[in-house]
Amino acid sequence: MSKNLIEVEHIKKYFPIHKGLLNRVVGNVKAVDDVSISIREGETFGLVGESGCGKSTLGRVILRLQSATGGAVKFNGRDIHSMNSRELNKIREEMQIIFQDPFGSLNPRFLVKDIIGEPLKVHTKQSAQEIDKRVVELMELVGLDATRRNRYPHEFSGGQRQRIGIARAIALNPKFIVADEAVSALDVSVQSQVINLLMKLQKEMGLTFLFIAHGLNVVRHISDRVGVMYLGKMAEVGETEALYASPLHPYTAALLSAIPEPTPNRKKKRIVLQGDVPSPANPPSGCRFHPRCPFAQAKCSQVEPLLEEILPGRQVACHFPLGVEGGSDLASIGR
Amino acid sequence: MAQKLLEVRNLTTGFMTEKGFVKATDRISINIEKGQTLCLVGESGSGKSVTSLSIMRLIDYAGGTILDGKIEFKGDDLAAKKQDQMKNIRGNKIAMIFQDPMSALNPVFTVGEQIAESLRLHQNKSGDEAWKEAIDLLKLVGIPAAEMRAKQYPHEMSGGMCQRVVIAIALACKPELLIADEPTTALDVTIQAQILELLMRLKEELGMAILLITHDMGVAAEVADHIAVMYAGAIVEQGTVEEIFTNPSHPYTIGLLKSIPGFEGGSSEKELYTIKGTIPGLGNLPQGCRFNPRCPHVMDKCRQVEPGDFKIGNEHTTKCWLFEDKPEVTVSGGTGGNTNV
Repeated sequence: MSKNLIEVEHIKKYFPIHKGLLNRVVGNVKAVDDVSISIREGETFGLVGESGCGKSTLGRVILRLQSATGGAVKFNGRDIHSMNSRELNKIREEMQIIFQDPFGSLNPRFLVKDIIGEPLKVHTKQSAQEIDKRVVELMELVGLDATRRNRYPHEFSGGQRQRIGIARAIALNPKFIVADEAVSALDVSVQSQVINLLMKLQKEMGLTFLFIAHGLNVVRHISDRVGVMYLGKMAEVGETEALYASPLHPYTAALLSAIPEPTPNRKKKRIVLQGDVPSPANPPSGCRFHPRCPFAQAKCSQVEPLLEEILPGRQVACHFPLGVEGGSDLASIGR
Repeated sequence: MAQKLLEVRNLTTGFMTEKGFVKATDRISINIEKGQTLCLVGESGSGKSVTSLSIMRLIDYAGGTILDGKIEFKGDDLAAKKQDQMKNIRGNKIAMIFQDPMSALNPVFTVGEQIAESLRLHQNKSGDEAWKEAIDLLKLVGIPAAEMRAKQYPHEMSGGMCQRVVIAIALACKPELLIADEPTTALDVTIQAQILELLMRLKEELGMAILLITHDMGVAAEVADHIAVMYAGAIVEQGTVEEIFTNPSHPYTIGLLKSIPGFEGGSSEKELYTIKGTIPGLGNLPQGCRFNPRCPHVMDKCRQVEPGDFKIGNEHTTKCWLFEDKPEVTVSGGTGGNTNV
């Protein structure tokens, strides 16, 4: 087993709520609340969950694009949240991010060659000529026509812009890339092209990915392991195939059963959750999922379950996990 | 055979641009029967939304023009109606749900007022009556504590709740046809499942027909009776949901299905199937078949002549020269595509 590249230890990110004339803090939005995960070198870790569950915040806190309220993120054994700005600048060469919106994440006033070359300009002391050579290399690597490097982003289509974002992210040969909904805004036929590109780059460059997405099918395809988040907490972590085949957490089961599948007349049981995701400013007591959980028992509303390894390689935060002795029975509900 | 509700024949809609007239939909023909669901599937820019706006005649306000074709709703040609006459049909007989529920609602009115407005306008109900019915509608779409919720503003509700309110407004006048333009695209999967279930339940209870526009083949498979696949302004394949998924025929449909991660018919390899290239701009469509530059089976003929609709199953047609030996289907209505602008 390869070693852990990223170790997230009890990370917390609270956003204070200010109110009144004196701007007093009246509460916190607990976007990420005590999450611990580890990402192994060379793997793709998929992070799924509904909007507002804190998955993007977690991705940003891991890169220290946002400072954490508590906890530590270790990159190769060194805590990046206690680094000074010089050390941080140095380590940022090795970690990059690809954003969701291929329209908003590229500066419209920059030429494409300047966008892709910018990390090189900031982090290396290469001459303009060397940078240009590298930009051509990168554009060819991601499947863009390098003769178009003197153009502006608006002259490219959505899929091509996302390739520009990918070229920028890999410019410095990073070890770790956070892909925050990198393919969500793309059409299916373009999406498959970009997914193939990401997987090819990973193989060639030995990249480690944190792949954040709400498209569960995409995550299944690309990830080695998957973490499911709900309301700032990690509900379940496991190997992709095992997790998709037999989810342990009722929330994972509900999420998976909600994927519309491109097969008509499917007779799969669907668990339609009632209600909405509660506000992270005022999360429910005990297990955060209990008001929507079809298996909730008295204990669930009082005691908060911890993320524990109950099967080899399978962690779950649930008092009564599915398919385990003494746990909940999926057959008892659904339709 | 069930009763025909909407029959669109050879609908061609477009926009005037500096470079001339651009056809956003090109000779579209679809049928919806009473109580049926038709899904219009395609990628962005394929003309799905323009089709729905044309049926509602809202395209006139979006800067477009219906150039040719007939839109027969219960035997009446909507394409020939004046906007004044359309006002009695829009919202009353045909209602529409939009993609983004937050921006479809007016932020300065309570949701109850917004539902009641449509009842007052179309059915001449009094204020009290309309308000009472608005609350009933909120209950119908599954909003708990409807009396309290009716007095709230859209910003006090979540995305899924707002979409329920939008559906309540659309249902207010008991329309016979509901056009839903990507109703769940902005929502999470668990909320999407709730909304799709709601739409299907209401369809059963109220016996209305639905024209659902989506880019998600999964959603289409779950709710549709019939599917029409659009590519670059034209319907390239049309059939019942079983026929489209078990026997997809047009190379574009096949490619689209194969490129979905995790789809059974796709490659089991780690590499996903891809359709090479990108969708052409509507202003510079290739000659011949509009899919030919991206098609893996392209022949000489495809580059020169546009194929017609070939009938390959009972209700299954495809626009591809590979099925040349099958009978060609022609739809009468309009000038049949002889539009030169």
